[in-house]
Amino acid sequence: MSPHDLALLCQKQLQYTKHLNYMLQQTSSDVLEKQAKISEQLYSQGTAKALEGIPIAFKDNFCTLGVPTTCGSRMLLNYVPPYNATMVEKVLEAGALMIGKANLDEFAMGSGSTDGCHGPVINPWSMVTTPSGERLSPSVADQSSDGSDWFVAGGSSGGSAAAVAAGACLASFGSDTGGSVRIPASYCGLVGLKPTYGLLSRHGLIPLVNSMDVPGIFTKTVTDSAIILNAVAGHDNKDSTTVQESHTPIQIDEDIDISKLNVGIPKEFYVPGLSEEVVTVWREIADLLEKAGARVTEVSMPHSRHCIICYHVLCCCEVASNFSRYTGIEFGLRCGSEESTEELYAENRHHGFNDVVRGRILAGNFFLLRRNYERFFLKAQRIRRLISNDFKNAFSAGVDFLLTPITLSDAPSHSWFIQKDSRTRSAEQDVVTTAANLAGVPAISLPLKLSRQNLPLSLQLMGPRFSESRLLSLAHWIENEVQFQHLDLDFHSVEESAENQFQFNDVIRK
Amino acid sequence: MQRMFCKLLLPHCATKSQPVQTAHVFRALYSSKSKVPDKPMWDSINYDKLPKLPDTDLALVEQLERISLVEFNNEAGLVRLRDAVKLANQMHLVDTEGVEPLDTVLEDRECYLRRDEVTEGNCVDEVMSNASKVEEQYFVAPPGNIPMKKRDKDHLSRVLDSKADTDDVV
Repeated sequence: MSPHDLALLCQKQLQYTKHLNYMLQQTSSDVLEKQAKISEQLYSQGTAKALEGIPIAFKDNFCTLGVPTTCGSRMLLNYVPPYNATMVEKVLEAGALMIGKANLDEFAMGSGSTDGCHGPVINPWSMVTTPSGERLSPSVADQSSDGSDWFVAGGSSGGSAAAVAAGACLASFGSDTGGSVRIPASYCGLVGLKPTYGLLSRHGLIPLVNSMDVPGIFTKTVTDSAIILNAVAGHDNKDSTTVQESHTPIQIDEDIDISKLNVGIPKEFYVPGLSEEVVTVWREIADLLEKAGARVTEVSMPHSRHCIICYHVLCCCEVASNFSRYTGIEFGLRCGSEESTEELYAENRHHGFNDVVRGRILAGNFFLLRRNYERFFLKAQRIRRLISNDFKNAFSAGVDFLLTPITLSDAPSHSWFIQKDSRTRSAEQDVVTTAANLAGVPAISLPLKLSRQNLPLSLQLMGPRFSESRLLSLAHWIENEVQFQHLDLDFHSVEESAENQFQFNDVIRK
Repeated sequence: MQRMFCKLLLPHCATKSQPVQTAHVFRALYSSKSKVPDKPMWDSINYDKLPKLPDTDLALVEQLERISLVEFNNEAGLVRLRDAVKLANQMHLVDTEGVEPLDTVLEDRECYLRRDEVTEGNCVDEVMSNASKVEEQYFVAPPGNIPMKKRDKDHLSRVLDSKADTDDVV
């Protein structure tokens, strides 16, 4: 298949699944075709680069030169960045085709992709199965308004996940501050990689929590994840928090010796509310590793249960500080009274931010008040050290990797998800994901099997900082063993109009 | 060079109608002496041990709104703050005596500092391209140093703590 055919096919998939609301800005097909033709030429000349002709999407909080970057917020609806984020720059340099900007929770705050100003993202698996057991009709323009229920994509990078799951691109970028890549990867049945903090540049990624944000990668396979990671990893002069040692390309070890591995099962990750199906798959994979000769040991990470609270406080504090940049003067929404600077700021911010963002700013400023600084902010930072030490202790005691749940269950239904506000849902959904962000370690969400509802069930693997090569090798081994059935939304298997069917076949024949 | 694996196009993955429930590795391997615990490992919290929650009174609301430049829209907004503080209060179950705060996980290394040289510039137009109001090469803002108008807080009255704790207010 040529890059041109691939680009066309992805465009078709995108068109066909448009109602899932995962894509905000779409690169025009003319532009894509032109770029694909160039890629095609490079392939025939034998000079194709690492990601030549590969369609890739970006979460709408990565700055893209000349392409609106909204963060899913009214505040930035009119924002057109004058530069590319380093991640964008690097994939374009490697020959990839940027197919568009993906939907998200407002400013990446959320765990369902239900809270952005562009509306919620629908999990593509809803096209195969819905909470009521029926398939979602692809003809309904706006699924959220017609009363039918569907599964959430997970957040906050739900659009990026849905784009790959629906087949609109082969890989996508999200950002993971407290689980925002791994949660949607889990719900959408994808490999979701949150690399070590400092391995990928955050330049041009609109910040949520500077000390925890990392760009993350969605793909269908572990090998693809490694290929993308190799194309973008390494030091960036524009981000002083990227580590300076040169990045050694990740090699997936196809012959990894499982019997030499010690895999820890942190018992505190058995959290209240964990579904029986997730517990079962956790046991199955632990047993699988043990049968293959690995040493599987129960380990204790006693501060795990405090991760979510520690994260919650630190996140609010950094948000309160980071979000002071949104005034409406230099960029962003300006719609307030021009009587005084303060009035203008307050009105712009009032209209620009949703309840979730406002809530985190207010809570953050509460924790940062002089009288609260020690007992909330510094307290959280001290607990963060204890959490980080839990990881250090586990790894120095001989554990190579940690195997844990990633989400409490398979994807929840939208009607259930919106019964509680975002703060409550995040506290509940991010409960096992934030540990990796607080400690800065790499973590990967891996789809393993289908639940009774025919939705993906996933687990998380975590390793020491910069252990991506070995972590991905182990993930690759498990992937080979379980042979997860990926979602395949092609035109053949869904009742489609004869016309569409014909067009699709036509594309394939070319 | 290694190439992207295009799952989308593999013929064998057209499994739309009835996905295979479990791969062969599952059922066969499930054993009873698993290393995964058999129940949740969290103890219940003794709330009596926690410090008393601070009041959320009118003075606090006005102070936070002044600093944050956003408002508590409604009662739900204030309840959300109270819940956030209540959750954060659970941190006091943890003994952090003698533990240093952790600012960044990169504390064990020196971060990159570039040389203090101009490497880019001459981009005034780009920098100003996103502002709604500009004049020549200036951003335009209304007059500063004018205190915010007092805003009516009646809509929060049912959830505010009545006793104003004014001594703490900066």
